[in-house]
Amino acid sequence: MRRFAQLYDALDATTSTNAKVAAMQSYFAEAPPADAAWALFFLTGRRLKRLIAPRLLAVWGCERAQVPGWMAEECFSLVGDLAETVALMMDTARTERRAHAEPPSLASLIEGTLLPLREADEDEKRRVVMTLWDSLERREMYLLAKLLTGEMRVGVSETLGIRALAQHAGLPPATVAHRLMGSWEPSAASFAALVRPGVSDADVSRPYPFFLASPLEEEPEALGDRAGWLAEWKWDGIRAQIVRRGGGAFLWSRGEELITDRFTDLSGVWAALPEGTVLDGEVLAFSGDAPMPFSVLQRRIGRQKLTPRILEEAPAAFMAYDVLEHEGRDDRELPLRERRALLERLVAGRSSRLLLSGSVEAASWEELSVLRRGSRERGVEGLMLKRWDSPYRVGRPRGDWWKWKIDPYSIDAVLVYAQPGHGRRATLMTDLTFAVWSAGELVPVAKAYSGLTDEEIDELDRWIRQNTIQRFGPVRAVKPVHVFELHFEGIAESSRHKSGIAVRFPRISRWRTDKTPEQADTIQSLRALIKSAGREGRDRG
Amino acid sequence: MIVDSPQGLFCPGGPFHLDPLGPVQRAVITHAHGDHARAGNAAILCTPQTAALVKRRLGEGTVIEILEYGERRRIGEVTVSLHPAGHMLGSAQVRIEGPAGVWVLSGDYKREPDPTCAPFEPLRCDVFVTEASYALPIFRWDSAANVAAEIASWWQGNARKASLLFCYALGKAQRLLAELARVTERPVFVHGAVEPFAEIYRAAGVRMLPTRLIGEERSFAGELVLAPITARGTPWMKRFRAFESGFASGLLRIRGTRRRRGFDRGFVISDHADWPGVLKTIRETGAQRVLAMHGHRDALVRWLREAGVDAAPIGLAAPPLDPEGD
Repeated sequence: MRRFAQLYDALDATTSTNAKVAAMQSYFAEAPPADAAWALFFLTGRRLKRLIAPRLLAVWGCERAQVPGWMAEECFSLVGDLAETVALMMDTARTERRAHAEPPSLASLIEGTLLPLREADEDEKRRVVMTLWDSLERREMYLLAKLLTGEMRVGVSETLGIRALAQHAGLPPATVAHRLMGSWEPSAASFAALVRPGVSDADVSRPYPFFLASPLEEEPEALGDRAGWLAEWKWDGIRAQIVRRGGGAFLWSRGEELITDRFTDLSGVWAALPEGTVLDGEVLAFSGDAPMPFSVLQRRIGRQKLTPRILEEAPAAFMAYDVLEHEGRDDRELPLRERRALLERLVAGRSSRLLLSGSVEAASWEELSVLRRGSRERGVEGLMLKRWDSPYRVGRPRGDWWKWKIDPYSIDAVLVYAQPGHGRRATLMTDLTFAVWSAGELVPVAKAYSGLTDEEIDELDRWIRQNTIQRFGPVRAVKPVHVFELHFEGIAESSRHKSGIAVRFPRISRWRTDKTPEQADTIQSLRALIKSAGREGRDRG
Repeated sequence: MIVDSPQGLFCPGGPFHLDPLGPVQRAVITHAHGDHARAGNAAILCTPQTAALVKRRLGEGTVIEILEYGERRRIGEVTVSLHPAGHMLGSAQVRIEGPAGVWVLSGDYKREPDPTCAPFEPLRCDVFVTEASYALPIFRWDSAANVAAEIASWWQGNARKASLLFCYALGKAQRLLAELARVTERPVFVHGAVEPFAEIYRAAGVRMLPTRLIGEERSFAGELVLAPITARGTPWMKRFRAFESGFASGLLRIRGTRRRRGFDRGFVISDHADWPGVLKTIRETGAQRVLAMHGHRDALVRWLREAGVDAAPIGLAAPPLDPEGD
């Protein structure tokens, strides 16, 4: 664990990408494979489930450090992070005479001590944690607290972690990324399998790393000749791969979750596909000849059991847009033009639930731009532009795949509640709730955390503290004075929200200092948005 | 014998002020930092080392009365003596003996060894007025030798870049130069605000790394540069082609503080008493009553009261700004 703590410090101490990769690479070279496997687990953004409530950890930390609760709160308000507060308090309480014993290795700590705590009662958990604290330094106590509370995060992206491991193993990053896909479990053996030489792989269930598009930030004319690009609708569902190999079939979401069992109504799709096929596409709720809103699919995902009624109300379909493997051969290096031809042959006439994401025909960018304006009526999020000559890449490299989304929805709403954020914003009021008018009253419709500049955050924070009218724990009700323009991607009716409306990905667009609260939007104008979308948003729950 | 006044702490028995906030007739100054030794006082009393630094900061015109460490001087109905506080060169605690017993004002102090100044001298007293800049149980300093080794290895690792270390120009910079002299002999480049004070430290017999004043030259690849935090983001920085920035302060003990401030590296080194240091010092004074000032004084007072110690806050209820400042 000591070595991992040193790696954590090294990553924390630099903003240089090269320095981070170098630090990880030398860690992988030195650490025992079982430890390296767990380190990689965290470096690629994976997390353990919470084993201990943060509140308990704070109580035990106070007890050990002999610090009263009010003092711990005082410290917390300065530090803004519970794990760090606990570690710092205990470090201060430590006596000089105690020589630190060698802490357990990362793998033995997690596998031998922490994971078994799932089954333990509170007394046992307390005993284990107290014993562990005896052998740990400050930063190790900090990391232990992060592990226990399921909040272990390292300041690197998954791509960077993969790059470091690839450099260590002398393999292409795509190979390592592929081996990490799916149900990768950390162990000495699985780590050895990740770094073994050679690039041909055996695991039948494993999907390919997804190629992700970047938002188009300029006019499409900048992409050059329209004929060089395939245009498709941007479907609003769950990005997924169908892996049809070894006599079986696997449906993987982009979050690398195996969701085959969630979509039993697609079994006809995989049954119809030939052995040795991997398709990239979108799982949609699809009725007749049109996609249903994402909220319908979302309700289906939320259900424990797939009842016949749900299957009827939200029937799934797979909208295929790429083929990555054909007849057992990795075809990702073929240009899109050839993969597309292959895909059309593969998909045609197989199943009524297997659809082809067709080419949106328009001779010019201008014509395409006109079609894009009809996106909402079609129930799509805009257009995807893909270069005909491009291979299927890994991750989000810019240049070959662009998402050209329609402009977000926009409303003016009034700030009504505020509470402190987390991490570096722990001391600032940045979690904000906004409301619109309904029969002379303000009804909350959205929470938003992002979109203001640091200066605006500071100003708003001061204002909130001076204009709090009521407090509910950490939440402050403020005078309904300030109007903000909010943007969001989707809107649907919802029985789970007091306003009866749920919005998707809300964020602050700007602070409308020019508007009075009376000029904010009403619940009626939001309902009109639902209607104008022409999308079926009726709550089926 | 020490009370609050509009101009800061005041001893009516002298009468004189202690580290006054504005111009007064007579002031006892604990050390040369700007928030303790302000301009405009008619006469000040301090240690000879502090006098040299104050003259440099405020000009030769200041009327200064010198008192060596341990030397006693009768002022009005009290007897004053100055004793090492371990904060920086010349820093002193003020011991006041009078009709109401013995009072000690700690001034800024620390308990860790510091090669640039005499070590803190524990004094028995009836009332102890302590600073509380870092009086929370999350503050505990690592040994300065470890921090110096960390800085040296950071410096060594930046072979093709300048290592730009921001710190306070008076006190912290010289302490770093002295601590680093234990691990290397390489000269260090310093900003114009650092050098004059380094000269005074050298004249007082403090051993430090050789310094080079930064001129118009450029690059500084592979060099360590000490500069005051006020130089950050100014055109002065343009001379460094490639650099990593570090900051040395006790505040950086908190990870979020370092990240918010956007330095590449934070080195946790402070010239103030940490939590164990404050508690140990209070114990060693044997004081019946403790008055706390600066920083987290209210938390310290509450903690002491709950532990059965007679305690109260004193001085300005200032927000906990950066206490390492000069």
